Amino acid sequence: MVTTYLEKESTEQTIQTTVQLHMEHILKVHNLEIFYGEKRAVNGISMDIEKNSITALIGPSGCGKSTFLRSVNRMNDLIPGARAQGEIIYEDLNILSKQINVVALRKEIGMVFQKPNPFPKSIYENITHALKFSGLKKKSQLDELVEESLQKAALWDEVKDRLHKSALSLSGGQQQRLCIARTIAMKPTVMLLDEPSSALDPISNAKVEDLIVELKKDYSIIIVTHNMQQASRISDKTAFFLSGDLIEYDATEKIFTNPSVKKTEEYISGRFG
Amino acid sequence: MKSKTADRIATGVFVAIAIIIVSILVGLFSYILINGFKHISWEFLTTPSSNIRAGGGIRDQLFNSFYILLITMIIAVPLGVGGGIYMAEYAKPGKITDTIRSCIEVLASLPSIVIGMFGLLVFVNVTGWGYTILGGALALTVFNLPVIVRVSEDSIRTVPRDLKEASLALGITHWHTIKTVLLPSAFPSILTGIILAAGRVFGEAAALLFTAGLSTPRLDYANWNPFSEQSPLNIFRPAETLAVHIWSVNTQGLIPDVEAVSNGSAAVLVISVLLFNLLARWIGSIITKKMTATK
Repeated sequence: MVTTYLEKESTEQTIQTTVQLHMEHILKVHNLEIFYGEKRAVNGISMDIEKNSITALIGPSGCGKSTFLRSVNRMNDLIPGARAQGEIIYEDLNILSKQINVVALRKEIGMVFQKPNPFPKSIYENITHALKFSGLKKKSQLDELVEESLQKAALWDEVKDRLHKSALSLSGGQQQRLCIARTIAMKPTVMLLDEPSSALDPISNAKVEDLIVELKKDYSIIIVTHNMQQASRISDKTAFFLSGDLIEYDATEKIFTNPSVKKTEEYISGRFG
Repeated sequence: MKSKTADRIATGVFVAIAIIIVSILVGLFSYILINGFKHISWEFLTTPSSNIRAGGGIRDQLFNSFYILLITMIIAVPLGVGGGIYMAEYAKPGKITDTIRSCIEVLASLPSIVIGMFGLLVFVNVTGWGYTILGGALALTVFNLPVIVRVSEDSIRTVPRDLKEASLALGITHWHTIKTVLLPSAFPSILTGIILAAGRVFGEAAALLFTAGLSTPRLDYANWNPFSEQSPLNIFRPAETLAVHIWSVNTQGLIPDVEAVSNGSAAVLVISVLLFNLLARWIGSIITKKMTATK
């Protein structure tokens, strides 16, 4: 008994070390196709998302990047007629499978939207809303998590004196950081950001960007952006989408200095899109 | 020049329409209040009505109106809001949903006298209850359900989709999202719908004629046992409401002071609806403030 247990452990260790030699992948997308009714929005893409890094998805509007992003935490389930085929492997499970508990999945794969969408409740309740639902009731614990997540979202100093005021009294940039904070509070492993700073002014945008880079230490981040500078500034890898196809996926530096596909270069230099 | 004239005419027409609406309302209100106010006295509000002698009051009718309103709302609000939630959040677009929606619309446009006849058949005769408060409340529920369903559905649908997605993306279940995000955001408009429905209940006579009846037993307001015959709280007793009372004294009243009683009752009815409106809105705004943390 003991020996078999040991054996098992040692093989597991070897597997882990070999994986760590390469970059660790948190998500493995394989041949993903997404349809809205009859229309195909994503045409069989495959890509591996690295752990603790920032992956930027760029491309013109309607290229399928947001559709892809929303399929990772199954937000497309809300759209009547939307369906996905293929695989997105997360912790050895196919996210797209019918057996997946979507509610549990979304706790691990959080999402921040383009338009800041705080609940019309107090700042404090915005963060505790989901925590309370997942069973956390003790006030001391909740207080701690509220402070911790607001600290991480670089919002604590600005709001600590008015935690019980309405979240709608915050500025757009603060609201977006609050939305990031409430996602952080759930301690996800992956964060999906759908153009998180496109609706913000340049200063708020810079703050949100700094925050995203900071968050990379703890989370794997996928960000959809229309802002080329943003993608080149903050991301480690960049994927270029065009009409539902993944055209090129490589290190950000390579994509922005020496892309291998001509279309990518044309898009980045602003010749279309 | 031509379009400028058209613009001026349009402005003029709409201002005129607004003036017409306001003056109808003001005229109606002042007519009812001026005619009725002089008959309202503490005695008028606290004495039971009389069938033959002058000087009868409206104590029981006033209580019955509020009590039937309460019972109706206890039945209709959960059903109506529940139906609205179903239509807005669970019903899949398709033939069945379309059928349900047309049924609700047809129900909403049924004349109240027809609902009264239906109530007579089902809640009075089939159940064997006779004329009862509960029968009246059920008939009024039939009458008001479509409005509440419709208003609830619309108010839930107008909550920004962002908020729903935000909640679901945090790993919160659909039902909990409805309960803690959608309903609180929709609450002010749902409340408005309920107040409108309540106003209709208050003023409704035709649906109650054959269900709650035209009489009220001798009530003892000290008797709070809801199963006792004399108790005002008994829901299995006949109950004439204020609106029905106005109709009945005008059509079959033998009392010499018909005009005084009906004018006074009309004024009390209008004032009650107004007070109920203000009160409901005030309570609603307190609840909204508490939920949204705005001060």
